[in-house]
Amino acid sequence: MKYKARLSLDVVFKYIFKATGFLVLALLGGILAMLIYNSFSFFLDVKPLDFITGMEWNPTGKVPKYGMLPLIISTTIVTFGAMIIAIPLGIGTAAFIAEYASPRLKNILKPTIEMLAAIPSVVIGFLGIVVVSPGIASLADLSNGLNALNGAILLAVMALPTIITVAEDAIHAVPKTYKEASYGVGATKWQTLLNVVIPAAAPGIIAAVMLGVGRAIGETMTVLMATGNASILPSSMFDSVKTMTATIAIEMGEVPYQTTHYFALYAIATVLFIMTLGANLLGEYFINRFRKYHAQ
Amino acid sequence: MRNKTFRFSSIIEWGTLLISTLLVCFFLVVVLWEIISKGSSVLSWDFVTQVPSEGMTKGGIITPIIGTVLLTLITSIFAIPFGVCCAIYLHEYAEDNWLTRTIRASIRNLSGVPSIIYGLFGLALFVQALQFGTSLVAAGLTLGLLSLPYIITTTEEALMRIPNSTREAALAVGATKFETIKDVVLPSAMSGILTGVVLTLSRAAGETAPILFTGAAFYINGTSGFINQEFMALPYHLYMLSTQHQSIEEVRPIAYGTALVLIIVVFLLNLTAFCIRYKYRKNEN
Repeated sequence: MKYKARLSLDVVFKYIFKATGFLVLALLGGILAMLIYNSFSFFLDVKPLDFITGMEWNPTGKVPKYGMLPLIISTTIVTFGAMIIAIPLGIGTAAFIAEYASPRLKNILKPTIEMLAAIPSVVIGFLGIVVVSPGIASLADLSNGLNALNGAILLAVMALPTIITVAEDAIHAVPKTYKEASYGVGATKWQTLLNVVIPAAAPGIIAAVMLGVGRAIGETMTVLMATGNASILPSSMFDSVKTMTATIAIEMGEVPYQTTHYFALYAIATVLFIMTLGANLLGEYFINRFRKYHAQ
Repeated sequence: MRNKTFRFSSIIEWGTLLISTLLVCFFLVVVLWEIISKGSSVLSWDFVTQVPSEGMTKGGIITPIIGTVLLTLITSIFAIPFGVCCAIYLHEYAEDNWLTRTIRASIRNLSGVPSIIYGLFGLALFVQALQFGTSLVAAGLTLGLLSLPYIITTTEEALMRIPNSTREAALAVGATKFETIKDVVLPSAMSGILTGVVLTLSRAAGETAPILFTGAAFYINGTSGFINQEFMALPYHLYMLSTQHQSIEEVRPIAYGTALVLIIVVFLLNLTAFCIRYKYRKNEN
């Protein structure tokens, strides 16, 4: 090929590559524009304060009610329950893999956790229906086990791989000298782990938890299948709940295009977007802090 | 004596961590055991080659299998070229300025956006604004957008592993930058890129929320195959059979079979990625 042709091809592709970079910006911009435009349309009909603090979600009633507080509370208790299960298990497993497991055991455990991460959420949701639900029903003497506790258990399983992987990286990155100093003054391995390694890895572990929270808040299929979806204000872990994601998934298929109800679902999506964004940004902040701290 | 109690307590401490690890593994065992033990009795050649019949209480699941395969194909046709090109731009061309930092921040942000929001975006953009209707192509493109940030991130990691000296050698013998990338960088990064792509596709194949409103159908006649029509997909089929079907108990065996096939598909894709990575590492050594 002639030299000139090669040079122009070089320039053409430079611009093609650059254009795909802008596609990413366009994608995020498009998502934001969609959320803002539709939420704005919704807030022309319903006051933002009524939307956030309203205690009743009943868009199909004679007098439609668009209060999303029950949905926020549902998402919160399911996520909170999931974290109560997932945080100790996740940190324990991460510490075991990083500090105690032999290289051979590591080679078994890491793919196991990758396998757990690879299972599609709809399969975990199905397990919630056929295994966890009957289990909860018989243990707690309920007619069925489709409730917040079920959702929390499943979300814990979904969030665990994220938490374990990030926390394990953090524990692994703690400098060896820290541990040696601790052993040097006579501390046991356990004392070192609790008082030196985990505090040193804390920002990374917090990041792991925040990323797990972000994952749990945004998860749709498992909670849709396993929590019963009654849009009432839940009072305990044994109540059926309808999370924000499940509400969008159920109602979007039924609403007429561009009605108040339709816009309301986008408004929920906006709140969801902000909540997951907050969790992920916090996670990222702690990861960066951890990296900076150990880069020195 | 003192030494003995010391050992005993360290066993308890070690045991606590071991138990949490075993519990995590136990979750995986429960999932696999339940699906495999109850799904394998349904699994047969007929099950994976026949269309659903009699209100999906009989017959096989070939229609959702074909739907998922076509859906993943559309996803990859869209996401792989765009994702790889964007990663090339970020790693090979972009300078460290505000624009690049914004693009990188957007990618991190996009990978944290819940999949249901991608579903809404696909509905608003492909189904409504671009008038594709609820169709295979709308759902495929939605999943493509969802996959984009993962493909970019994994491709960039693969590009990072190629030493700069390789690029400099190509440039020094007179290759243009594009030729260097096309003939030197991409071939040597290929296995890393492929691993990331296959893992991302396995994830996309199992996604349900983004295709809920963009084209997945409860039931279609015959086998799907037209990109402007609705389709059946394995994950959506499982969701429908386990929650929305009129006689849930009756179709439960088929639901188990569907879950097993879905898991097999996802694990086979993961295994492929694992093999590519393994082969690559072996060649490197």
